[in-house]
Amino acid sequence: MSEALLEVRHLKKYFPIKAGVLNRTVGHVKAVDDISLTIRPGETFGLVGESGSGKSTVGKTIVRLTEKTEGEVRFKGKDLYHLPSEELRKLRPELQLIFQDPYSSLNPRVRIGDAIGEALLDHGLVPKEEIRERVQEVLASCGLSAYHIDRLPHEFSGGQRQRIGIARALALNPDLIIADEPVSALDVSIQAQIINLFRNLQETRNLSYLFISHDLSVVEHLCNRIGVMYLGSMMETGTRDELFLTPLHPYTKALLSAVPVPIPKLKRERIVLRGDIPNPANPPSGCKFHTRCPLAVERCRLEVPEFRHMGGEHYVACHLA
Amino acid sequence: MSLAKGELAGPGKAGAKAKAAAKSSLWSDSLRRLLKNKLAVFGFAVVVFMFAVCFLGPMFSPYADNKINMALMNKAPSAKHWLGNDALGRDVLTRVLQAGRISLTVGLASMVLSVLLGGLLGIIAGYYRGVADQIIMRVADLLLTIPSLPLLFIAGALLSEWKVPPDYRMYIVMIMLAIVGWPGLARMVRGQILSLREREFMQATTVLGLRSRRKLFNHLFPNLVPLLIVIATLNIGGAILSESVLSFFGLGVTPPTPTWGNMIDAANNMIDFEKRPWLWIPPGLSIFVTVVAINIFGDGLRDVLDPKKGR
Repeated sequence: MSEALLEVRHLKKYFPIKAGVLNRTVGHVKAVDDISLTIRPGETFGLVGESGSGKSTVGKTIVRLTEKTEGEVRFKGKDLYHLPSEELRKLRPELQLIFQDPYSSLNPRVRIGDAIGEALLDHGLVPKEEIRERVQEVLASCGLSAYHIDRLPHEFSGGQRQRIGIARALALNPDLIIADEPVSALDVSIQAQIINLFRNLQETRNLSYLFISHDLSVVEHLCNRIGVMYLGSMMETGTRDELFLTPLHPYTKALLSAVPVPIPKLKRERIVLRGDIPNPANPPSGCKFHTRCPLAVERCRLEVPEFRHMGGEHYVACHLA
Repeated sequence: MSLAKGELAGPGKAGAKAKAAAKSSLWSDSLRRLLKNKLAVFGFAVVVFMFAVCFLGPMFSPYADNKINMALMNKAPSAKHWLGNDALGRDVLTRVLQAGRISLTVGLASMVLSVLLGGLLGIIAGYYRGVADQIIMRVADLLLTIPSLPLLFIAGALLSEWKVPPDYRMYIVMIMLAIVGWPGLARMVRGQILSLREREFMQATTVLGLRSRRKLFNHLFPNLVPLLIVIATLNIGGAILSESVLSFFGLGVTPPTPTWGNMIDAANNMIDFEKRPWLWIPPGLSIFVTVVAINIFGDGLRDVLDPKKGR
């Protein structure tokens, strides 16, 4: 086992709820509540969970787009929250984020060539005369054409824009890319293109990904290891096979049972969860999942389950597993 | 937004068309759409016409604007004096044009001042937040709670009290109007910046680790300029009106320096109002036409540039 590229320890992000005339904090939305994960070089870690489970906040807190409440984020051994701002800025190219929405993540008034090239310029990665060439190379590697370089974002389709966003991140030659639902805004045929692009790039450049998604079939296709989040907490982590073949947590089982299979005759038992994801400002006691868990017992309501090692790389937070 | 633009440069078209499309910028595109708006173009033409006539016209006039000639007192329009003469026998046409110079200059200059002041303070407040934001916005709030007209009246009365020479009053009026005008502007600029900051492309500049100079000048400002252009244009009309109101009451620019406002003062006199319309209709009409034209043009600009209106 090689050394970790990214190490997140007990990360917490609480958003204060302010109310009243005095704008006093009356509570917290626990968007991320004690998350730990490790990503090794060349590995893809999938982070899954339903809407509102805090997946995107994990990504944004790692790159400090939102500030953490507690915990530790180490990238290449450096604590991102204790770096001086100029050093952090210089480290940025190595740790990139791809945004979910290809429409709002590109400045409508900046040409594609500039959008991709200006970071190269600011970090002095490529001599000024060679930037144009380099940008064209990157565009080509993302399935775009060299003549796109002088165009504005509005001249592209959603799929093309997403590829521009990816090209912008790749141009910096990062070691880790946090991809925040990079394909969920795209239609299925383009999703496949982008996912294959991710795979190819990983093979050629030994990239690592933190792949945030709610689409389990995409995650199964792409990720080596997977973490399942629910209401800001990690429920289960393991390698892809451990998780997909022997899921231990009832929530993981429920999610997997909802993945459509291409064989219509195959009858599976569908585990339907009742109700909605609870309010993260007021999460349930004990195991956060007990209100919707089909197997919940008295103990689940009272005791927070420990994150237990189940052999291999498999960890689960459930009393019953 | 992307739909309207797609017509001009379809992403699928290759070759020569693609090259032409590559040259199209958002600015030239906006200009094209502005030119399609006939009313806005007309408004702009009228504004240009007013500026040209007022600044060039007096050069061709055989009369000086302050030449008093008692023999011509209150003469009706004639072939020699197209718009007649005023109570001191001065040529009204020459005075209206000369007044236009002053009124338009005051309007333009106070706009520039308030855009500079309001824009700068709004940017500081919106981008740096914190204490600076608190101080700037509270001062702006304070100024906005005071009705601007009484405030200007008091300031104007003070100027008269201190016997400021008429030549200087024009500049002081500009500054007064700018002081009254900046808070609203600063507030709008700050709001725009706050909403831009939350957009993902601004967050992306942080993730990419761009220098703050580039963040500001390449990403934030270009998205601010359209809003500023629209506000600035509409502000000129407002400033011309405010100046006219002040001068009408004798609190802005005072005679003998003519402005459209202090010339309408003639309408205060019952005999002049009923019997000598050539004294007050020309300056009144000038204000009306100029301000309406500026507003029409500004509305056209807003349709084209303001991202909030949707396209």
